[in-house]
Amino acid sequence: MKPLRFLLKKEFLQIFRNKGMLPIIFVMPVIQLLLLSFAATYELKQVRFGLVDFDQSYASRKLVSKLQSTGYFKLESEGFTMEQALNHLDAGTIKMILQIPPDFDKKLNTGEASPVQILIDAVDGSTAGLIQSYTASIIADFNRERMSEVMIVSNAPRKATALKIIPVNWYNPDLDYITYMVPGILVVLVSMIGLFLSGMNVVREYEIGTIEQLNVAPLQKSHFMIGKLLPFWLIGMFDLCIGLALARFGFHIPFLGSLFTILVIAGIYLIVVQALGLFISTITHTQQQAMFIAWFIMVVFILMGGLFTPIESMPKWAQDLTLVNPVAYFIEIMRMVLLKGAGWKEVYKMVLILVTMGFGLMALSINRYKKTSA
Amino acid sequence: MPAVEVHSIYKSFEDVKALKDISFSVEEGELYGFIGPDGAGKTTLFRILNTLLIPDEGTATVLGLDVVDDYKTIRPMLGYMPGRFSLYQDLSVQENLEFFASVFGTTISENYELVAPIYSQLEPFKNRYAGKLSGGMKQKLALSCALIHKPKLLLLDEPTTGVDAVSRKEFWEMLVDLKKQGIAIIVSTPYMDEAKLCDRVALIQEGSLMQIDTPLNIVNGYDRPILGIKSRNTYKLLQALKLYEWTHSAHPFGEFIHFTEKREKPDMIALEAFLLDNGIDDAVIKEVEPGIEDSFMALMRKEVASD
Repeated sequence: MKPLRFLLKKEFLQIFRNKGMLPIIFVMPVIQLLLLSFAATYELKQVRFGLVDFDQSYASRKLVSKLQSTGYFKLESEGFTMEQALNHLDAGTIKMILQIPPDFDKKLNTGEASPVQILIDAVDGSTAGLIQSYTASIIADFNRERMSEVMIVSNAPRKATALKIIPVNWYNPDLDYITYMVPGILVVLVSMIGLFLSGMNVVREYEIGTIEQLNVAPLQKSHFMIGKLLPFWLIGMFDLCIGLALARFGFHIPFLGSLFTILVIAGIYLIVVQALGLFISTITHTQQQAMFIAWFIMVVFILMGGLFTPIESMPKWAQDLTLVNPVAYFIEIMRMVLLKGAGWKEVYKMVLILVTMGFGLMALSINRYKKTSA
Repeated sequence: MPAVEVHSIYKSFEDVKALKDISFSVEEGELYGFIGPDGAGKTTLFRILNTLLIPDEGTATVLGLDVVDDYKTIRPMLGYMPGRFSLYQDLSVQENLEFFASVFGTTISENYELVAPIYSQLEPFKNRYAGKLSGGMKQKLALSCALIHKPKLLLLDEPTTGVDAVSRKEFWEMLVDLKKQGIAIIVSTPYMDEAKLCDRVALIQEGSLMQIDTPLNIVNGYDRPILGIKSRNTYKLLQALKLYEWTHSAHPFGEFIHFTEKREKPDMIALEAFLLDNGIDDAVIKEVEPGIEDSFMALMRKEVASD
């Protein structure tokens, strides 16, 4: 075990001497969490809209003020021609047009169907969808209120109460975006450290040529590997702990499952991505090549890992691909354990898959390392 | 027991034949030089001796052990300095030496005596990063690192390439000192002047050994008298010599051109007259002692002619 101690000492000396990288390693979890959680959000904020109100009635004003009072919509322009409003939509100064027909109030009072028109800028599909569903629910709300008023006045016979669905959102009752994103972002953080740093470190020995001396030294391959992997494994775990603390006390993410479970699985997951990084290092000769390949793999893994878009809504072939995506497994596990309080029983299958991946990749890269150096 | 024994080794990379039928042996405590141009196969040969490459054919033993079968036993007994300087630039002089001592399972203090003559020159800078050392000091540190585990055989692949003349001279003085301690040293170099300091020299060209002998014998084996000719206009002189009917060879060596004739004894007066006719009026002609470089050039010519 003695040579291992010296290898580790050397690695830590080099890591802590690298003035360019060291701060990033420790500031990264904070910045990533803050940026991604606060800036990249799916919640609707201050949608500017244009109003074309041909009715100018009590009811139409009521609808508009209801829209505004929610805080999601801001009245940007008001006019009496659709052309004018459409120009604004084209120019991008507004995202939505609300058109109220001339007989809106009258029809409402007589109990007739009284449609309004909504035109949405759908360049960004997901925002457009959000605008539509927000508007629809506000209008539905408006309808209910009107109905009750009309019924009191007219004293009309009540219709039989229809079956009503009241959705309750479990595990994330307020559909809070941050609660959903933070566990996933922690995964990205750990993956970046595991995949980039350890692989890169081996390639660096090739680049500066020191691998030649190490190869002729009476070192065991396993010691060399552990010497390369362990420092970054520790840094990855350390960063994860910073991230978890921030999630718990900064973002008030519920920690329903056990922290111990998370840490054990994170440890396994880190070995998987480190083994992948090691494998990349055995098929490349410069840090530039290694970095490029690692980025390519990372982007694919993250985009297909269910961080931003749910895996269930991907096409079948893409869903099949996630079966070999370690990022997808760990994101799923993190969300299950943190938000749903899942224990070993619920996640052990996924953990077994991660363990298998780790063994496979590690064997592959050690095998390749021997071939390239001996 | 010889320190190294090699029997007709062949090594090819895809379609390049890097080594062809190489055989030689190095005695204990011998300073053995490989002289040859870039691409002659020196590094390939070194990588076979240090067990990083496996020969296609032939056998090689280092310290009585087979380089293929006993590579694990051989490695701790070798000191290897690759051609490309490779120490950790972001570790200090002392940290580098400590690290290489520790991976070979030893400490600086244990073998300090051996590296002391070299390392003592570096000690004033022991806290400086290796990346901030001058070329000559880097070379000394690399040699210290290769020596720190007290190897029985030292393999130095072009240790002085890219190092200034003063540092080169110092470096070779150190090698001669090390030899006295009984360490066998194999060194490769493209510089002919360094060959004089070796006990024996092997001339290598395009993967084949052309000659192995002591530097003195190689020089003495050179049979033609050599004339050194100097002129202000070396190029014009060289062109003129190529036209001369008795010219056997003419190679520029520094400010002189080393010239041999096809005849047994060169006629200096006739040569001077010929040069004057060709517009060279300032030619200085004198007899010179042949050097290893002359032998190497002559051997290369023979190889090319016999091909």
